[in-house]
Amino acid sequence: MTSIDTHQEPFRLGMLLNDTRYRSLTIQVFALAAFILTTAWLVSNTVQNLSALGKDFSFSFLGSRAGYDINQTLVPYTNNSTHARAALVGILNTILIAILGCGLATVIGVLMGVLRLSGNWIVARIAAAYVEGFRNVPVLLWIIAIMAIITESAPAPRAFRGDEASASMLFGAFAVTNRGLYMPWPVLGPGWQLVVLTFLASLAAIVFLRRQARRRQEETGEILPIFWLGTGLFFVPVLLVDALLGGPITLDYPVLERFNFAGGGFVDKALLALWLALSLYTGSYIAEIVRAGILAVPRGQTEAASALGLRPRRVMSLVILPQALRVIVPPLISQYLNLTKNSSLAIAVGYMDVRATLGGITMNQTGRELECMLLLMGFYLLVSLGISSVMNWYNASVALKER
Amino acid sequence: MAGAGSFRREMLEAQAPPAARTGRLRWLQENLFSSWPSALLTLLSLAAILWLVAHVWPWFAHSVWDAGSLTECRAIIRETWGEGASGACFAVIRERWQQFLFGFYPRELYWRPTLAFVLMFVALAPILFAELPRRLRWFAVAFPGIAYWLLWGGPASVPLAVYAGFAIAWLVHRAVAARSSELVALVVAVAAMILWWLHLAGPVARALPILELQPVGSSRFGGFTLSLVIGVTGIAFSLPLGILLALGRRSQMFFVTTMCVGFIEFIRGVPLITLLLVASFLLNIFLPPGTNFDIILRVIIMVTLFASAYMAEVIRGGLAALPRGQYEAADALGLDYWKATRLIIMPQALKISIPGIVNTFIGLFKDTTLVAIIGLLDPIGLTTAIRADTNWNGIVWELYGFVALLFFLCCYGMSQYSQYLERKLRTGQR
Repeated sequence: MTSIDTHQEPFRLGMLLNDTRYRSLTIQVFALAAFILTTAWLVSNTVQNLSALGKDFSFSFLGSRAGYDINQTLVPYTNNSTHARAALVGILNTILIAILGCGLATVIGVLMGVLRLSGNWIVARIAAAYVEGFRNVPVLLWIIAIMAIITESAPAPRAFRGDEASASMLFGAFAVTNRGLYMPWPVLGPGWQLVVLTFLASLAAIVFLRRQARRRQEETGEILPIFWLGTGLFFVPVLLVDALLGGPITLDYPVLERFNFAGGGFVDKALLALWLALSLYTGSYIAEIVRAGILAVPRGQTEAASALGLRPRRVMSLVILPQALRVIVPPLISQYLNLTKNSSLAIAVGYMDVRATLGGITMNQTGRELECMLLLMGFYLLVSLGISSVMNWYNASVALKER
Repeated sequence: MAGAGSFRREMLEAQAPPAARTGRLRWLQENLFSSWPSALLTLLSLAAILWLVAHVWPWFAHSVWDAGSLTECRAIIRETWGEGASGACFAVIRERWQQFLFGFYPRELYWRPTLAFVLMFVALAPILFAELPRRLRWFAVAFPGIAYWLLWGGPASVPLAVYAGFAIAWLVHRAVAARSSELVALVVAVAAMILWWLHLAGPVARALPILELQPVGSSRFGGFTLSLVIGVTGIAFSLPLGILLALGRRSQMFFVTTMCVGFIEFIRGVPLITLLLVASFLLNIFLPPGTNFDIILRVIIMVTLFASAYMAEVIRGGLAALPRGQYEAADALGLDYWKATRLIIMPQALKISIPGIVNTFIGLFKDTTLVAIIGLLDPIGLTTAIRADTNWNGIVWELYGFVALLFFLCCYGMSQYSQYLERKLRTGQR
């Protein structure tokens, strides 16, 4: 310290309580002690209780036979597989519903958010009704209600039979039944890798083209017709390669057989109901985020851009959206996180996500509540840490670079 | 230039605008048909609304309110409105509405939850509307005890003994603070309160059984009463807990901050349903052998902890939004930490975070439905039970519509109140 502080006051015990320099130390020591004591108390209780129940703490049950079936799996699984495999199936199912849900929720949310700002009175009212209606009712109710509606109101597969069928397939390819959705599914013939590679290469080319166009615009002011070029690149090479190879990738259409549809792909109604409910519910939150983001861009920005002579579409894409996105993306990502966490309600409709396999049947069969809950919470914590680190990375990359 | 007579000396009366530029026509043109795409959207929306009304209206118009089962309902609709007519079967609501509201609460005691519900508004009024006399707030303090006594029954001395703990803490605090420092007084007071609750409150309450009501077990709670009990208790406790956590997270003390951050991030990282599973399967393993307490209480604890972590983040946002000068000004006035927080910081921070706080409340209230998954019969659990009943097997829209309407009214009401509060508290800084 400076030379003013010449006479050092001798330390007294009372200063631990009365002197703000030492008091925070006292409080912290007490807080830490309380924390350690509580933890020790909980652990000792747990040890006592477990030994009284005759249980030990081990994860060896993960290697034993699961013995239950899972209706929808992304990796091979039978009831002879291990509990660890069942947990993996559950994790993949959770990730599947999360990705599907985030995609559809974003589409619905952006659409409704923009429509709610529309100058058209009736359209804005409909969007507002959607947002308020879905936000103010619990998501569990939506999940169960949509499941019940599919079960009760969708036609049975036999309704598609005969000349006076009471139900018909959409575009001759999609059939919504009370068991789920039957739809065309790609069949991979010899040489399919080449088609997929071509597709990936054209995606890379589109990204490259956009960068080039942007640089060129910044350097010379010349604007390339990026939309048409991109669309062309997206479709033409793939279709060309596919045709040249004689069509290695074909679509297998579902066909009605004696009792049910065969062939094609099948989406179970549980996944369908969960997907729709989560997307519609989260979409209503995303709509509000999008609306707030667009409103957060001051009106002067639009006017200034127009004054510079930009056309309305360019005002949107070059001035409004880049600024609005900075406001929109962080809460949007936290909505994605919420959707992922809400997907743990899948058990209400019998969709086998990680909560239903690891935290449901496996837990009940093995009686390993403590271990299963630890693993389950660990998984969700990992997911949310992952998503929030993506968010931090984004925030850092778009932060205003001033000062 | 002409002479002085060539210009007008009086203003002309303004002419009425042309008919197409005023009134309804103008409004229609501006808001519905401003351009071709807009006109197309309008027509599409109108068609969609018409289609919806055309399907929903007959369903409402043909509704049946008096029947014993879904088949009976359908038979009545067929008889009255002809083959193929669709109609709602609200008879199920008529038969079960008491269950939806009160669960399996004894029928002759319905007045108790009803009275508690009415008193809740009396207790809330002085908090929600500042125009009412402040003295009414004492009733808000007493309300949790009264509500517990009305809902669960038993002697009134139990909640009274709990309140006595607070009174004892206050007395001890005053006595010790006169002789020693504030911090010591606080610690001693809290210790005295906990001692009273753990060892003395029980025997004292048992020794003086006054005003005894017929006890009702938690297993009979259900329906909307259960949602409200969990929701309102969670709301009441998550706000103070959230404030403490937010202050802890922003404090300068390393260990305190670490603990708060760890707690908040853990809770926010896992879904509520896993916490509820912990409440129903694991809480007994963590507590001393032989402890077994009420499932509703366990759920309330978990829901409160869950909401308080989100509340803490909302309030932290409010604290961060306060200009640094406010903190410095409070210090310059010589206020200590708690006085500065209570008088300067919190009122402003809470005002900033009202929308977030109310959103958390709404989220908490909606999340109470998750207890259906661990087997409690809240409204959603009841719908599943009713649909499993052979009489009502196959009924969908009426049940879910009714439950959705109840939740919508509560949640929409809360969000409207928060907007009213925002408008009222806006002091014109922006």
